[in-house]
Amino acid sequence: MSKILLLQGNQAVVEGAIAAGVKFFGGYPITPSTEVAESLAEKLPKVGGKFIQMEDEIASMGAIIGASLTGKKVMTATSGPGFSLKQELIGYACMAEIPLVIVNVQRVGPSTGQPTSPSQGDIMQARWGTHGDHWLIALTPASVPECFDLTLRAYALSEKYRVPVILLMDEVIGHMREKIELPDNYDEIPQAERKLPTCPPEEFKAYATDESLVPAMPPFGSGYRWHVTGLVHDETGFPKGTPAATLAATNRQHDKLYNNLDDIVEVENYEMDDAEYAIVAFGGAARAAYEAVDMARAKGMKVGLVRPITIWPFAEKQMKALAGKVKHIMVHELNYGQYVLEVERAVAGKVPVTLFAKYDNEPASPAEVFAKMEEAFK
Amino acid sequence: MNMEEMIDKYFRPGRLPHIWCPGCGNGIVTGCIVKAVAKLDLPKDNVAVVSGIGCSSRASGYLDFNTVHSAHGRALPVATGVKLADPNLNVIVVTGDGDATAIGGNHLIHAARRNIDMTVVLYNNSIYGMTGGQYSPLTPEHAKAATAPYGTIERSFDIAELVKAAGATFVARATTFHAPMLADLIAQGIEHKGFSLIEAVTACPISFGRQNKMGGPADMIKWQRDHALPLAAFEKLSEEQKAGKFPIGVLYKAEGVKEYTEAYDELIAAAQGGK
Repeated sequence: MSKILLLQGNQAVVEGAIAAGVKFFGGYPITPSTEVAESLAEKLPKVGGKFIQMEDEIASMGAIIGASLTGKKVMTATSGPGFSLKQELIGYACMAEIPLVIVNVQRVGPSTGQPTSPSQGDIMQARWGTHGDHWLIALTPASVPECFDLTLRAYALSEKYRVPVILLMDEVIGHMREKIELPDNYDEIPQAERKLPTCPPEEFKAYATDESLVPAMPPFGSGYRWHVTGLVHDETGFPKGTPAATLAATNRQHDKLYNNLDDIVEVENYEMDDAEYAIVAFGGAARAAYEAVDMARAKGMKVGLVRPITIWPFAEKQMKALAGKVKHIMVHELNYGQYVLEVERAVAGKVPVTLFAKYDNEPASPAEVFAKMEEAFK
Repeated sequence: MNMEEMIDKYFRPGRLPHIWCPGCGNGIVTGCIVKAVAKLDLPKDNVAVVSGIGCSSRASGYLDFNTVHSAHGRALPVATGVKLADPNLNVIVVTGDGDATAIGGNHLIHAARRNIDMTVVLYNNSIYGMTGGQYSPLTPEHAKAATAPYGTIERSFDIAELVKAAGATFVARATTFHAPMLADLIAQGIEHKGFSLIEAVTACPISFGRQNKMGGPADMIKWQRDHALPLAAFEKLSEEQKAGKFPIGVLYKAEGVKEYTEAYDELIAAAQGGK
């Protein structure tokens, strides 16, 4: 049995977290993500989970890293300035392979920017915010129901690949209210489980892997005692900085994700079957793009929308295929031009790529998007 | 249990020798942590050691517990996450003077304020040893350091006063000269249900000692002997006599302050009861 609710995007994320079995949230208030923290402060104790408002954004990341090591599914939520603060520990979570989900409800930046206005300006930061060669996953919902679904998916991916997953929302999606159908009872929802060791503790090597390239992760206190470090380490988990160890560790962290792009990368195609032109848009910007595509179709233009749901890793295969199919691609994003750089790189000049960048605090209307499409595709 | 037996039981096989310099006091402090664990007979599976970054923070890798070598200054929030998520674990935090009071200062005062049950062993060698001897917030005023070639012009913290004011409910200090006391204070800190901080005054002959002409490792341990006084004796001194000296032993203990994870379990019970 299910119920129909009118929920805010942030609230749908909270429902997704509860449904996913999240039992620990460490966070800090920051507009426009604060509703996630406030709602979990209320709901987590009811399901026996723990909520803590830490002293700052960095401490929040630290707390969820610690909690994840005890076997819990964990979450934090923030926006641009907080996301900037978290970067060092995001790199730590990549290096030590710690499952966790970071909700970033993007707002206008840089710096304090416009706390209550939407933006998609953290796209590149989500990929490269922390130093060094590292790889992670970022997902972007474009509706309130998708906030719920992608939160569940974020945990499925994070636990499966032992990697931080960023739920990259924007203020449009975070704060809008929309109809969502939720199960009455979350008990039926399959829970993501991280891999546990099959060997006894004496034989256990913390970062040894099978062909999946993902190490087993026994919780602290379970009888397997292991060492977690941000130093480059070998399969024992202890620091090892030789060229061979560094090469092996780096390659494995890359390959564990990039050998599985078919599993990780999701793109939605709307009206693409016979499309001769495509608009690429995601998150809050995709909503206007759907309608602009309908407007274009009504005028006989064969336009479709390619909507990346997985922002990182980049949908390389899909964008290359797109360049072989359509005559022109328009990328629409709520920033000065970030995702377009990847599209241009993948397309490699095969077809023209036009950018409709909207960075004046407001999302574009369907009419605006349509006007830009008409101009680009004529 | 003698030291050899303790090493066999509590240090990870194949990870020694450690990286600390000859004459470094960190081995003594780490040995005292192990003695405390042995004295209390804590099950190894139940002990989590969380360290930051620095010479002292390397201790976690050598110890056969659930260990985390986290980021610079961030041992306390990581330890908070570990302890709050699983209050059954005995959480020991290994940190240094720079790690805990400079970059980690904010986290130190909040962990103390929460009175979360963990035992912080702060290895104070008054210097940033790992990076080559720069000064820290616990480097004495006028001391020389790699980033204070003319001597520091900053006063240092009194860490015991700082964490006491922030809300710590067990505060103690000892030196590597007073190793048996240090081990005993750490054991007391572990047994204390609340935020415990034990400052372990330890020598860095290579950086701090050399730059401040303090002699060799043995001289620096004798310095500890000559400048530390048990609290009761210290308090009897006049202000002039106190200059240059510091108290050791249990410096502060508060009973009956609600511990954080216990308070949160009560919160959960209330939230679920009111459903």
